[in-house]
Amino acid sequence: MHSFGYRANSLLTFAVTILAFMCAIVSFSFSNQTPSAQIQILNINWFQKQPHGNDEVSLTLNITADLQSLFTWNTKQVFAFVAAEYKTSKNSLNQVSLWDAIIPEKEHAKFWIQISNKYRFIDQGYNLRRKDFNLTLHWHVMPKTGKMFADKIVMSGYSLPDAYR
Amino acid sequence: MGWIGETVDSIKSIKIRQLLTQAVTLGMIVTSALIIWKAMMCVTGTESPVVVVLSGSMEPAFQRGDILFLRMTKDPIRTGEIVVFKIDGRDIPIVHRVIEVHERKTTGKVDVLTKGDNNDVDDIGLYADGQMWLHRHHIMGRAVGFLPYVGWVTIIMTEKPIIKYLLIGAMGLLVITSKD
Repeated sequence: MHSFGYRANSLLTFAVTILAFMCAIVSFSFSNQTPSAQIQILNINWFQKQPHGNDEVSLTLNITADLQSLFTWNTKQVFAFVAAEYKTSKNSLNQVSLWDAIIPEKEHAKFWIQISNKYRFIDQGYNLRRKDFNLTLHWHVMPKTGKMFADKIVMSGYSLPDAYR
Repeated sequence: MGWIGETVDSIKSIKIRQLLTQAVTLGMIVTSALIIWKAMMCVTGTESPVVVVLSGSMEPAFQRGDILFLRMTKDPIRTGEIVVFKIDGRDIPIVHRVIEVHERKTTGKVDVLTKGDNNDVDDIGLYADGQMWLHRHHIMGRAVGFLPYVGWVTIIMTEKPIIKYLLIGAMGLLVITSKD
């Protein structure tokens, strides 16, 4: 009961338990987060029906965002992405990711970027003409340790042209 | 040399009852571990509540050797979620992010496309031949929490099984030769 081995063992177990507890509660402490974002469609580059029958559109987007308030001492990175969301007659929901970025530090979290879609915007079918859709900016906060959390801003009112071009 | 003599003496002096008690204690420890594991499977709703990250396709967020805590609920699958899935016919679970979702109005079934953050292309090349989308039954869980580095123990034991045998052998020896 009083040997070095026993004492070292109890101490180690206790220390690891406390560490685990701390890692767990770290996930529940953050609240005042006020991220903001705006997305503009600058141009519809082209809009066509592909040979396999599905509509595809290429857009140039202007994305402005301020995600600095999401960063805490426990944040390893923030993964931000923009997705287009729309309904069709066959699908109650379609979500297509158009662009994403990994933000490793708070300084890079306030940004303005103008790019064409990183991932192809292809429909399951040819339903995109005159389609209204939302653009959502999602962010996933990956911690150094603990629970990950995510949220989004939904911006609506975007639509695609009536005809292919 | 004296240490070897003592070990041999202690092995000779083991009584059957003591040995059986120790065997039962060991059995109880192993079964409690199993109970806890199965209970976690029930609570999290997935058959593997904890996975070790094996590849670098989700860097810099998840490095090889990290542990992910998974949970599976009936909530619909949406873009951005980090999911763990298995391709039919392959054993290894893959942890990637969902980048596209198409949900059928009538049946509620989903077509899902995934991609590793650190990869340049989406996962179509990883799916089975002719498969274009993942479906709900491929997905084992969503990653909800994360612990760095702890998974290296599992990776080392899988890649160099000799270490596993050494460890088990050493523990067995310790159990047999300890007096209490």
